[in-house]
Amino acid sequence: MLSRLRRIGQYSLIVLATLGRAGHIWWQAVWRRPRLRNLHLVIRQIYQLGVLSVVIIAMSGFSIGAVLALQGYNQLVKYGSESALGLGVALVLVMEIGPVVSALLFAGRAGSAVTAEIGLMKATEQLSSMEMMGVDPLQRIVAPRLWAGFIVMPILALMFSVIGIWGASLVGVDWLGVYEGSFWSAMQEGVDFRSHVLKGIIKSVVFGIVVTWIAVFQGYDTIPTSEGIAAATTRTVVYSSVAVLVLDFFLTLVMFNF
Amino acid sequence: MSDSHIILEKVVYLRGQRRIFDEVSIEIPRGKIVAVMGPSGAGKTTLLKLIGGQLQPESGSIRVSGLEIPRLSRSELFDVRKTMGMMFQSGALFSDLSVFENVAFPLRIHTNLPDDMIRDLVLLKLQSVGLRGARRLFPSELSGGMSRRVALARAIALDPEIIMYDEPFTGLDPIALGVIVDLIKTLNSVYGTTSIIVSHDIPETASIADLIYIISDGKVIGSGTPRELFEQDSPRVHQFIKGLPDGPVPFHYPANDYEEELMRVPDTERPF
Repeated sequence: MLSRLRRIGQYSLIVLATLGRAGHIWWQAVWRRPRLRNLHLVIRQIYQLGVLSVVIIAMSGFSIGAVLALQGYNQLVKYGSESALGLGVALVLVMEIGPVVSALLFAGRAGSAVTAEIGLMKATEQLSSMEMMGVDPLQRIVAPRLWAGFIVMPILALMFSVIGIWGASLVGVDWLGVYEGSFWSAMQEGVDFRSHVLKGIIKSVVFGIVVTWIAVFQGYDTIPTSEGIAAATTRTVVYSSVAVLVLDFFLTLVMFNF
Repeated sequence: MSDSHIILEKVVYLRGQRRIFDEVSIEIPRGKIVAVMGPSGAGKTTLLKLIGGQLQPESGSIRVSGLEIPRLSRSELFDVRKTMGMMFQSGALFSDLSVFENVAFPLRIHTNLPDDMIRDLVLLKLQSVGLRGARRLFPSELSGGMSRRVALARAIALDPEIIMYDEPFTGLDPIALGVIVDLIKTLNSVYGTTSIIVSHDIPETASIADLIYIISDGKVIGSGTPRELFEQDSPRVHQFIKGLPDGPVPFHYPANDYEEELMRVPDTERPF
C-alpha cells in the first residue's frame, strides 16, 4: 500500500517536472518577445511544415469529402432530401472533420519531423554548440517552429475543408446527380461564418498550438540516443493525436452551447 | 601563477548519486595551453560544460575573466560565451548549412558586419584551417578530420579569448592528427588565446600543452608541465601516463566476486 502510494507520488512528480520543462520552453520561446530578425526562419519553417503538407492535406480532404458525399447521399436519398447533401457535408467538414483530421495529419507529417529534427540536433550536439556560441536554441530553433505551426495549422484546416467540399460536389453533383442549385444554395443558407466557420478556425488554432508544442517539446526534451529519438517521435504522434481528439470534445462542448 | 584566466575552486558536481567532481580546483593561466586529462568517464567533457555554464555545479566557484559563471543570468551567460569558442568532438556542425555558412553563423548573429566583410572573414578562417576550397560542401560530405577543422574555424570566427577543445585528437588518421595538433599550437601562439584541451591522448597532448591536469575519480591526481608529470612517481599518475592496464586505477568496473558470480545458478538473470 505504502509502496503504491510512493509510486503514485513519484509518477506525479515526474509528470509535474515534465510539464514544468514544457512550460519553460513556452516561456522562453513564445512569451518572451519574438524577434523580428528571426522572421526569415519562421518563413522557412512555414514552408517546411505548411507548404510541404499541402499535398497530403489536399488528397485526404478530397477523399474524405468524396466519401462523405457518397455515404450522405445514400441516407438522404431515402427521405428525398438529397438537396441537403451540400449543407451536411460542409457543416461536418468545417466544424469537425476539417480541423480534427488535418491536425492528425499535421501531427504525423510535420510534428514527427520536427521532433526528429530537433532530437537529432540535440544528439549531434548542434544545440549544445549553438548555446556555446552564445545563441539561444530556444529562440533560434524552437521559436520559429512554434510560430510556423501556429500560423500554418488553421490555413491547412481551411484548405482541407474547401477541398473536401469540392470533392463532395464532384461526387454529389457531377456523378450522383444532385441538383447543383440546391447543393450550393442550401450550403450558402445554412453555413454561417460566425457560428460555424469561425468556431472551426478556433479549434484548428488550438490544435495547431498543442500539436506543435508537443512536437517541439518532445524533440527538445529527448534522450539524445537513437532509441530516445524513436520514442520521442512516437510520443509526439500519440500524444498529439490523443490531445487533439480529447480537446475537440471539450471545445465542441464549450463552443456549441451544450 | 601570474594571471589566471579561468579559476575553478573546490567544484563539486554530482550526477545522480555519483560524484563526478569532488572539490576539484584548477587554474588556467591566460594565453597558455592547458590540458585536462584522465580516463574516459572521468568527467572531462563535463568540465568544459561547467566552464561554459551549460551545467551548474553543486558547490564551488567557477570564474572566467573574474566573472562567477554559475551566478550569471541567462543573458549575461550568453554574453560571456561570445568570448569562448568550443570545438566539439563530433564537430557539431549545423547539418542544414554549408561549410561557409557554418563558419559565418556566429558572425551573422553577433555582428552587424556587411556581407562582403563576413565573406572575407570566413575565407580567412577557412584558409587558416586549410579548407577554403571546401566551403560549398555540406557537413555530410566531410570526413571526420575535415569536420573537426571546420568546427575549429567556426570556433575561432569571433576571435575568442578562450578556445575549448573536446577530445580534439580522438579517432583521426595520423595526418589529420598532425594537422590539428599544429593548428592548436599555431592558434595559441598567433592569437594568444587561452586554450583548454580535454583529451586522453598522451603523446599529442604532451607535445603542445604548457600545463597538464590529470583527473580521476573526481579528483585532480596530478598536475604540472608534461616533463614534470613524466618524472612524477605518484603511482596513479605513473599508470595513466605510461598507459598501464591495471594499477591504482582499476581495469575492472566495480562488480561482485568473479568466482562466486560464475558459480551462481543463473536463474535470476534475464538475457536483456
